[in-house]
Amino acid sequence: MITLQVSRYRPGQDAEPVFQDYEVPLRSDWAVLDGLAHIKDHLDGTLSFRWSCRMGICGSCGMTVNGEPRLTCGTFLTDYGEGPIRVEPLRGFPVIRDLVVDIDDVLAKLAHVKPWLIREGEELPLTAEYTQTPAQLEAYKQYSMCINCMLCYSACPVYALEPDFLGPAAIALAQRYNLDSRDQGDRFDLLATDEGVWGCTFVGECTSACPKHVDPAEAIQRYKLTAALTSVRNLLPWGRS
Amino acid sequence: MIFDVLIVGGGGAGLRAAIAVVEADPGLKVAIVSKVYPMRSHTVSAEGGAAGVIGEGDTLDEHAYDTISGGDWLCDQDAVEAFVAEAPRELIRLEHWGCPWSREPDGRVAVRPFGGMKRMRTWFAADKTGFHLLHTLFQTSLRHQEIQRYDEWYATRLIVDDGRVHGVVAMDIRTGAIEALAARTVILATGGCGRAFPFTTNAAIKTGDGMSLAYRAGVPLKDMEFVQYHPTGLPFTGILITEAARAEGGWLINKDGYRYLQDYDLGVPTPTPKLRSMELGPRDRLSQAYVREVERGRTAETPYGQVVYLDLRHLGEARIEARIPFVRELCRSYQNLDPVTDLIPVRPVVHYMMGGVHTDIDGATPIRGLYAAGETACVSINGANRLGSNSLPECLVFGARAGAAAAREAREAPAAGERAVRAQGADERRRLEHERDRRDGGAERIADIREQMQETLEEAAGIYRTRDALDKAANRIAELRERAAAARLDDHSTAFNTEMVAALELSSMLDVAETIVACALNREESRGAHQRSDFPARDDGRFLAHSLAYRGADGGPRVELLPVTITRWPPGERVYGR
Repeated sequence: MITLQVSRYRPGQDAEPVFQDYEVPLRSDWAVLDGLAHIKDHLDGTLSFRWSCRMGICGSCGMTVNGEPRLTCGTFLTDYGEGPIRVEPLRGFPVIRDLVVDIDDVLAKLAHVKPWLIREGEELPLTAEYTQTPAQLEAYKQYSMCINCMLCYSACPVYALEPDFLGPAAIALAQRYNLDSRDQGDRFDLLATDEGVWGCTFVGECTSACPKHVDPAEAIQRYKLTAALTSVRNLLPWGRS
Repeated sequence: MIFDVLIVGGGGAGLRAAIAVVEADPGLKVAIVSKVYPMRSHTVSAEGGAAGVIGEGDTLDEHAYDTISGGDWLCDQDAVEAFVAEAPRELIRLEHWGCPWSREPDGRVAVRPFGGMKRMRTWFAADKTGFHLLHTLFQTSLRHQEIQRYDEWYATRLIVDDGRVHGVVAMDIRTGAIEALAARTVILATGGCGRAFPFTTNAAIKTGDGMSLAYRAGVPLKDMEFVQYHPTGLPFTGILITEAARAEGGWLINKDGYRYLQDYDLGVPTPTPKLRSMELGPRDRLSQAYVREVERGRTAETPYGQVVYLDLRHLGEARIEARIPFVRELCRSYQNLDPVTDLIPVRPVVHYMMGGVHTDIDGATPIRGLYAAGETACVSINGANRLGSNSLPECLVFGARAGAAAAREAREAPAAGERAVRAQGADERRRLEHERDRRDGGAERIADIREQMQETLEEAAGIYRTRDALDKAANRIAELRERAAAARLDDHSTAFNTEMVAALELSSMLDVAETIVACALNREESRGAHQRSDFPARDDGRFLAHSLAYRGADGGPRVELLPVTITRWPPGERVYGR
């Protein structure tokens, strides 16, 4: 058996989060999420948490495990020796209940960067695709792998202090489209701001936290360079088109 | 506030439908109600690809024939013809919206082989096709600010009066508030019901909600006995190892290292994959072969049951990384092995529901204004066995069709019946509040009853079925339904009460379970994924027909038959590998 120390917060009942201990079987193939499901199904039906695919692709089950933001479906009980394992909601977000946090702010930020393919002129007919070579695909592919699990926001020290900061996943998502050979959009005014890339102090915690190796820190640094060059060009009389 | 189109479910079919509505008429009021945020929907887990004729030498008729023979002639052929014709356009549309499809060196979209398909016609985005497709749709939907979203709202009842739908009642999971949402038309797009079984690739959210909503409102569920077992799931977790692993050249071997499929009329082994042969046979036949291997004692024993092995080692690291990187990632993270050097233990796992809400070719159900699309629906293009890579384009083609049809109807439909909305909303609020407050139940937990339901279904309605086992299961499920109504809830609070959601989901799954068993009992033949050991042959004389399960006056299911639509392909023998 291993002890899970689970953060509980029931609005109207708890003034602030408290820890509750549960003993769950220590099985080599059990993830932390399996431990939580065991609690929910057999010990205490009142524990609330989000989960769905349990294969690291839906992005629902991000929590703080022993102080670090993790996907609980891919974090195994046996990684923590004898335990105990402390399970808390993702830091940096308001807690709705127990391990469930309010992510609507980040959802709005994702929508804010115009995360769709922007084209000028007429669309191609539905009989032909835009060609894109494997190398052109590779240029943005990594940034298209984000599962919106929110771990990078939880890890980001800037977001914790500056809630207006656009943040790692939203900037990486903008870069996903900026670097797509099919996209003709302009996201400069959204990104080259104090709340955008200039807000980042390049701590790199987002990239360490990312379970999908998206590397948002690199996305931000690359866009800083793009933004700087664009700003300089815009200052020069012959630079403006 | 009255919505013109209210969509329940925000996965592939639901999002595609929503975009179709605003494209048809941006003035329409459209909303998506889903128990999860759109990008959490189970479309995200689809791996291998999406079929659509594009390659040279391929034809729509060949895609249609593969689909119809794959479905053991239970598909409605007019629906299949529409499907194969519209699938390529839908896939190109996704390309125009930014989907990162894998490419040929010259920049054109690449296609790969897939099980049961005679030509290479499966578009793919590495082996995260569903993930990319869903995120492309979600991100594209953000461009249309007209699409209103009720994220983490759980729909519990359709408001129906006088043969017409007038909206839904839904609970805001975050606050527990229960509201009636009035609408001229409603589209159900809630996905399948794999969670009714104990061992499934399906995500936790796949609990048959939309099927149950329609069934309770009087719409029949069609072909519910056809449950697809995917031949290659990881033991314990049930995580899917995509068919693309076999399309890229993977072999299925038994404990002796023997490519056992050659013993089951699926062709002869070749070093490289041959279309419609061996490992690229259809899923039903491959899962049935596994059961025979178990009976012959040629499978390996594990703590999670008997397994065979998927061998990818000969593909080499470069090809695995380029074409099926997610397979490697999943094996490393969840099975502690590397397919570059190790065999992958696999066994059949419940994957997909061929059956669902009875609709016509536009997704319309017998209730006016009510539509269904995607896995929730049964149009039917999948017949008795769906071919791999047909489900993603199905979400797109029929999501778009349902969206367009609902948009048309919404402009002509009368305003929602205010009185019905108010009365049924109040009625449902009382019922749910009573559910939430129930404290006096016995010692039984929701999870215990759920587990017993899952075991009952697996035992009686698994890969092989018999009348005796199904009879017992029918009684057992009726008994579980009574016990579920009396089960205890620990949680009586309003904020994010996931135990209450679990209780409501259990009740949906019990509806689905009842119809699966009733349809399986009624169909005294073997066809596709429905194999009756006591009736081993296909019987076109009696059963070239869909099952329609209606909710009877006593609450239990009543099954009727509806002839299959045949256009150009009369029933024939399913031939693979020869």
